[in-house]
Amino acid sequence: MELKKTSLNEVHKKLGGKLVDFAGWELPIQFEGIKAEHLAVRERAGLFDVSHMGEITIDGLEALKFVDYLVANNASVLNENQVMYTFMCNEKGGVVDDLLVYKYTNEKILLVVNASNIEKDYRWIEEKAKDFDVVTKDISNDVSQIAIQGPQAQEILQKVTGIDLNEIKFFTFNSKVLLSGVECLVSRTGYTGEDGFEIYLNNDKAAFIVEELLNVGGEDLSPIGLGARDTLRFEAGLPLYGNELRDDVTPLESGLGFFVKLEAGDFIGKDILVAQKKEGLKRRTAGFKLIGKGIARGGYKAFADGKEIGTVTTGYQLPGQKESIGIALIDIDYAKIGKNIEIEIRNKLVDAEVISKKFLEKKYKK
Amino acid sequence: MEKLLYSKNHEWIRKEGSTAFIGITDHAQKSLGEIVYVELPEVDDEFEIEEAFGVIESVKAASDSYMPVSGKIIEINEALEDSPTLLNEDPYGAWIIKIELSDEGELDSLLDLSAYNELCEEDN
Repeated sequence: MELKKTSLNEVHKKLGGKLVDFAGWELPIQFEGIKAEHLAVRERAGLFDVSHMGEITIDGLEALKFVDYLVANNASVLNENQVMYTFMCNEKGGVVDDLLVYKYTNEKILLVVNASNIEKDYRWIEEKAKDFDVVTKDISNDVSQIAIQGPQAQEILQKVTGIDLNEIKFFTFNSKVLLSGVECLVSRTGYTGEDGFEIYLNNDKAAFIVEELLNVGGEDLSPIGLGARDTLRFEAGLPLYGNELRDDVTPLESGLGFFVKLEAGDFIGKDILVAQKKEGLKRRTAGFKLIGKGIARGGYKAFADGKEIGTVTTGYQLPGQKESIGIALIDIDYAKIGKNIEIEIRNKLVDAEVISKKFLEKKYKK
Repeated sequence: MEKLLYSKNHEWIRKEGSTAFIGITDHAQKSLGEIVYVELPEVDDEFEIEEAFGVIESVKAASDSYMPVSGKIIEINEALEDSPTLLNEDPYGAWIIKIELSDEGELDSLLDLSAYNELCEEDN
């Protein structure tokens, strides 16, 4: 099957991106190199094409009521122009997808979902929306999404807009920001652990905006590929669907209970999550560092006291670091900081220690 | 110094008498990107041609390295344990293993520089 192309495909090629198949999209895995790009975002600023992400609109009298039922976090407390991170759970409490909820008004809400889940999510949402007075629409193919992340992100973005970006607070948005004359939705959100913005706009102007940003950003703004996007989100302790989040793992087990509000109204999967919390978890994700040699990769098995206790969900030796660190979904008895576990690397058991998965002090501007 | 020969798996080999040094090519290190870890075999381990003798890990993934010819390990480049990026910086200087050749005839199956360059062009 031919790969889908974002409206920035030609820009990626011009910038020397190494293009790969990612969830059916032709996207750059790297430009200069994962390490250089990772550090560029931590030290200056990086520009990401995230147009492969999905956008689904929910409109209608019961839009807010529906979204509140659809997701595990409490959408009813959202102010206008506020953004919320949460999950759509299935009836078993597993995660259909993690997503961002953008509330324009009680009657107009935008959901931003993972590229690999767009079709599954849309089918799920359409089915669940039947009993509500709402209209759902998958607008993913019309919308481009660009992220600018890093300590200099605001300063660079400010150069192409007359709106004071200080007015866009953490996890809020403005849907009518003019960037070099192009109307965009701009939110102070992102997936790197850095301060930064996500920009949504019509496909036809995406390449123009990227070129404008690269122009004003100069050496302080680097194009970033999917490789560094993954190392950055992992270092910031942010989960990835398919790794830490799955349809057979609940968000409580993924250690993300903060984004689940069990005391709020009814939502899909709530009963299971309430019961799971009451009975206590049997497994949970935990951060770890290898004490022995090697690198623990996603999919490797974890052991302790001579028995298998779970699986690594993500593992890296991060750019600029000496230690191999990872996240694993393991038996709750071993998920506490300081516990000794072992990771099986190519048929050898390597010692590891459970540590906090907040590998990085986040620099969000709140 | 003898010239280098190359395998289809992107290792180079430099024969010196009955022994030889083995490393990975410039093309291989570029494809892998930043190398963060090298898993080396033990001295005296014996491997058949095309058998995996070690693992090279980049930020993104682990890749096996294969023997271009059969042989016994007589030395490993321990410097790679602390400085795996030597393979990025100087791929033809930073050898990985030194072996005693089991069958010098196997060298005939390897590629010379021009044949290897052709292979890399096909790769690109």
